[in-house]
Amino acid sequence: MSDRQLANSQLGSLEYDPAPESAAIAKLKPSYGLFIDGEFSDAASHGQFATINPANEETLSMVAQANAVDVDRAVVSARHAYDKVWSKTTGAQRSKYLFRIARLIQERSRELAVVETLDNGKPIRESRDVDIPLAAAHFFYYAGWADKLDHAGFGPNPKPLGVAGQIIPWNFPLLMAAWKLAPALAAGNTCVLKPAETTPLSALVLAEILQQAELPLGVVNIVTGDGSTGAALVDHPDVDKIAFTGSTEVGRMIQQRTAASHKHLTLELGGKGANIVFDDAPIDEMIEGIIDGIFFNQGHVCCAGSRLLVQESVADEVLRRLVRRVEQLRVGDPLDKNTDVGAINSAAQLLRIRELTAFGESEGATRYTSSCELPQKGYWFAPTVFADVAQSHRIAREEIFGPVLSVLTFRTPEEAVAKANNTNYGLACGIWSEKGSRTLWVAERLRAGVIWANTYNRFDPTSPFGGMRESGFGREGGRHGLEAYLNV
Amino acid sequence: MAARGVASVVQVSTAPLRLVTEQDRSVQIAATIAVPTIESEAQLKALLTSLSGVDAVGADARAAKLSTRSIKKSTKLAAIEMAISMVDLTTLEGADTPGRVTSLCTKAMRPDPRDLTIPSVAAVCVYPDLVAHARSVLGSSPVAVASVATSFPSGRASLKVKLMDVRDAVSAGADEIDMVIDRGAFLSGRIGQVFDEVVAVKEACGEAHLKVILETGELVTYDNVRRASWIAMLGGADFIKTSTGKVTVNATLPVALVMLEAVRDFAETAGPTVGVKVAGGIRTTKDAIRYLVLVNETVGSTWLTPNKFRFGASSLLNDLLMQRLKQQRGTYVRADEFSAD
Repeated sequence: MSDRQLANSQLGSLEYDPAPESAAIAKLKPSYGLFIDGEFSDAASHGQFATINPANEETLSMVAQANAVDVDRAVVSARHAYDKVWSKTTGAQRSKYLFRIARLIQERSRELAVVETLDNGKPIRESRDVDIPLAAAHFFYYAGWADKLDHAGFGPNPKPLGVAGQIIPWNFPLLMAAWKLAPALAAGNTCVLKPAETTPLSALVLAEILQQAELPLGVVNIVTGDGSTGAALVDHPDVDKIAFTGSTEVGRMIQQRTAASHKHLTLELGGKGANIVFDDAPIDEMIEGIIDGIFFNQGHVCCAGSRLLVQESVADEVLRRLVRRVEQLRVGDPLDKNTDVGAINSAAQLLRIRELTAFGESEGATRYTSSCELPQKGYWFAPTVFADVAQSHRIAREEIFGPVLSVLTFRTPEEAVAKANNTNYGLACGIWSEKGSRTLWVAERLRAGVIWANTYNRFDPTSPFGGMRESGFGREGGRHGLEAYLNV
Repeated sequence: MAARGVASVVQVSTAPLRLVTEQDRSVQIAATIAVPTIESEAQLKALLTSLSGVDAVGADARAAKLSTRSIKKSTKLAAIEMAISMVDLTTLEGADTPGRVTSLCTKAMRPDPRDLTIPSVAAVCVYPDLVAHARSVLGSSPVAVASVATSFPSGRASLKVKLMDVRDAVSAGADEIDMVIDRGAFLSGRIGQVFDEVVAVKEACGEAHLKVILETGELVTYDNVRRASWIAMLGGADFIKTSTGKVTVNATLPVALVMLEAVRDFAETAGPTVGVKVAGGIRTTKDAIRYLVLVNETVGSTWLTPNKFRFGASSLLNDLLMQRLKQQRGTYVRADEFSAD
């Protein structure tokens, strides 16, 4: 074989044997009740629903379906805990509990990672290296704030709001629970948490951890269920604060229902993040960044870099390398430690991704799809890139929330900014350039809550996160994240 | 400046993509940039400047991410045997003697005398004065004799002396020459000199293969590593090699990543597939497998052969042998089960 023929050989010839993490590590119970007043109990209606593994559609466990009666019981418990216990604890005492929770999450991290991967479908590499460590980090970080609220920049002795109702999505189940609970508890609130219908399990393991940490009864209550459970929580008159992460559609409904009430509200909603690539970008790292931006967590990320805006002069080269890299992604068993892209979380989400990608084709975009083999059972979607996308295409405007990237081009920095901002959303953007002055010029003009430079999808508890416009309002993380739970 | 090569355009295909609909683009996208003949230092400088920069944070992150790959069972066994066949078993000490080299060569040909299915290593690597001896011990075995030359490790001698060093080693029977680049010249911007030396040494090598040591621990930045890689490849290197093993910082995963990206891009534009050798500080099977994963997922199967990827190491071999036995038997054996050399 000549050197030239050799150069055309394919990547990945060292075939990796399966390296699955054991599902038994999850130690799942056949059924879980509601976590109210420090105890697990049945729903008032005794209703249950199945939570399944999206990678094979098998039932993992039965979970209680909370109705308005259960939500009321949870809110009463939270109110009682707030009045009698939590509002009287010192910051240092609250800090002690948060540190305990953080350490227990670390101790049970392997179990939590497997639970998360089973319930959500995300690769174990991500739940192990991202979700769980970051969840622990959020508790550690806010544990540090609990006794320093006087110095958080909100004036002396800032007061908590009271009872917080928190509704979280299915894409990062435990991490979102941590984002919500840690600052709320540090600031002195008590909580009623409603996990997503398709991914309730890690929150229920967290409930066990709260018991282990001997958190006073009722300080955190966890009610599982569908949208009606969330609605009951939003509508409950004795809730002082609603924090919601999820779709823009539901966020809008919540804002209407809490309008003209005493309830404080923060919303973290959808996005259509633009990853802007200039011709002087560090090309290899940029390709990895684009991949991380859209295929991390199967693209089920509200801040995903789902629009790639690439300078026209380098578009062909970027697309060539991108397509080659997409082909290399390892799609399959989420429990396999070498899997890069896992299962789509639910049949409903898979349907939405299929619908929107079908629009992409009918609207005339050029589709590249990974030739990876997909498992027979479960919900799967092969990593996909659309080139030749126009700003007016639906796949350039609507949030797909799946492993689908839309590639658009621009000619000048002005045009890049204009296209990036031409969306109803405003959650996150990325800028790729070796030229610092241009990066800053562009960043100043982008309307997005989070802007990454030469990286994407990096999270840290010290850094505030949140959106503008239809991506919501309020910040989570950092000193700013405390404001959402203080009466300031 | 010495001129070399003829500009050519190579069509490099990407992996085939599944056709999903009629609108799928079935044509493969090709790179069509040609590497020009280098005729002046200014031209070389312009070419190096046109290379994309390396974002250090991103390169480190990519290397770290790939190092979490879990290589088990038959893949692990295959990777261990592959790694054994890629070892340049090395002794580069002032205290080296014919006796020591004999011992090393014997080990190189038959790493474990109890199991003849174990492949021999790729080469033994010695100083030029011991090449003839190594050659005579290795005889007709497939193990090559590699010799460091060009005033290894510092490279601080005149070109005349360096070339004599190379010719000396080649005439003594060296199959491969590991030269060092002039880091002083590189860091002071005299890249034409670095290029010319590579070209001159390549010529002095004759039939012998040329490995060009960049000494990345002294170049420090990844941008420098990428540029030095290109100078070496443009000058005619058959391999680019990270380190001498004689400075504080030797091979690292991100440096290897940057060099692998360089050989990939070079092959896609100019033609020849240049090999990569990582050297210095690689002692365990775990380390070796991490490098193989890096090769596998950056440049692919073309480079997963001793002709295109090497480990410069000495103690690594015994760990590979021990882990191989562990894979087969399920239990570890004592280190003394394996010969020291």
